[in-house]
Amino acid sequence: MINLVSQSLQWLGMITLQRLTLLGRAGLMLPKALLVWPSSQAFERLLQQLYIVGVQSMLIMLVSSLFIGAVLGLQGYTVLVDFGSEEAVGQLVALTLVRELSPVVAALLFVGRAGSALTAEIGLMKVTEQLASLEMFGVDPLHRIIAPRFLAGLIALPLLTTIFSIMGIYGGHIIAIEWLGVYSGSYWGNMQQSVSFDADIMQGVVKSLVFAVVVTWIALYQGYAAHPTAKGISVATTRTVVLASLVVLGLDFLMTALMFGR
Amino acid sequence: MNKPWLEISVGTFIVAGIAALLMLAVQVGGYHLNRSTDTYRLTALFDNTAGLAVRAQVTLSGVTIGKVVAIRIDKNQLMARVDMDIKAEIDYLSLDSTASILTSGLLGEKYIGITVGAEEASLKHGDQIADTQSALVLEDLIGRMLVNMTQ
Repeated sequence: MINLVSQSLQWLGMITLQRLTLLGRAGLMLPKALLVWPSSQAFERLLQQLYIVGVQSMLIMLVSSLFIGAVLGLQGYTVLVDFGSEEAVGQLVALTLVRELSPVVAALLFVGRAGSALTAEIGLMKVTEQLASLEMFGVDPLHRIIAPRFLAGLIALPLLTTIFSIMGIYGGHIIAIEWLGVYSGSYWGNMQQSVSFDADIMQGVVKSLVFAVVVTWIALYQGYAAHPTAKGISVATTRTVVLASLVVLGLDFLMTALMFGR
Repeated sequence: MNKPWLEISVGTFIVAGIAALLMLAVQVGGYHLNRSTDTYRLTALFDNTAGLAVRAQVTLSGVTIGKVVAIRIDKNQLMARVDMDIKAEIDYLSLDSTASILTSGLLGEKYIGITVGAEEASLKHGDQIADTQSALVLEDLIGRMLVNMTQ
């Protein structure tokens, strides 16, 4: 009996220590990568990564935002028309998107589109010993590989989120006004009255900044710490998607409670 | 640089992102770049402000002329004191103006409607609107109707 208790305590302690070590390593990775004076080619590398992480994610963001806005408009209209207040559909679409859906859905899509690719890329670099050979040349792989990707994620996701919001609102506009016949003046007017720049739009931007840091960090660390085997990469990629999605949803609730709760 | 298309596409992406933020601010948030921040403060005491919220509109003949900035209890008179910021260019509200708490639509938001009186002199910063009309509370209304019916 006592043996069992001590064994389970030992197991618990081991797990905790392991997790803390992981967290510590992941925490050390970022400052090591970023707190270096940028080299002359750093900007070019950042540009390259911005293209991969940002520009290539545009299409999925545009398409999904249009559809999400359209669905919000349609569903909002069917409920609101019962109360004779279908002009409020603009307000509903805009507030839902700007406060919650844009940051969260854009971050989730970003995890799937860019985060998993980052993990797999860095993991494969590790398997093929490219990271080790960089070190042999005297180049810090953290500085060379991790830093531009992290900065690119940090810049790209907030921009993608704002594009997501505006396209979603236009998606709702297409459905509500062109199809269902809501008066366009009240669609935009109600929206402008109820959406405040500081309280709603900026807080959405703050959320997307936090998500950008967390998502890119998780993706890069999972790749960097992956077991250098084929299976190790697949585990790391899965972990990136699962962990980053869960953290985004959890942090979103926390931030919503802090920003909008009372 | 050997890859102009890459730079062009990244540049377009950044411009699109910033343009989206500007559009959100102006078209969705109703943010005016040259909005006149000059306002003056008026207060009014109400018996009941039920449902009125901070940031609610203050209107004159249906046109928005300001917003509510604070609602609290006035300790001396035990009434609700509502502070409003009115745009500086609306400097012609007469001293005997009336402020009433109104509802937009049947279930809509509460706002303050100001009706101008006949007096020549106009309200200035820090003045108090003396004549007020409280929010319509449904329970009071039903109660009054029941009393009328039983008489």
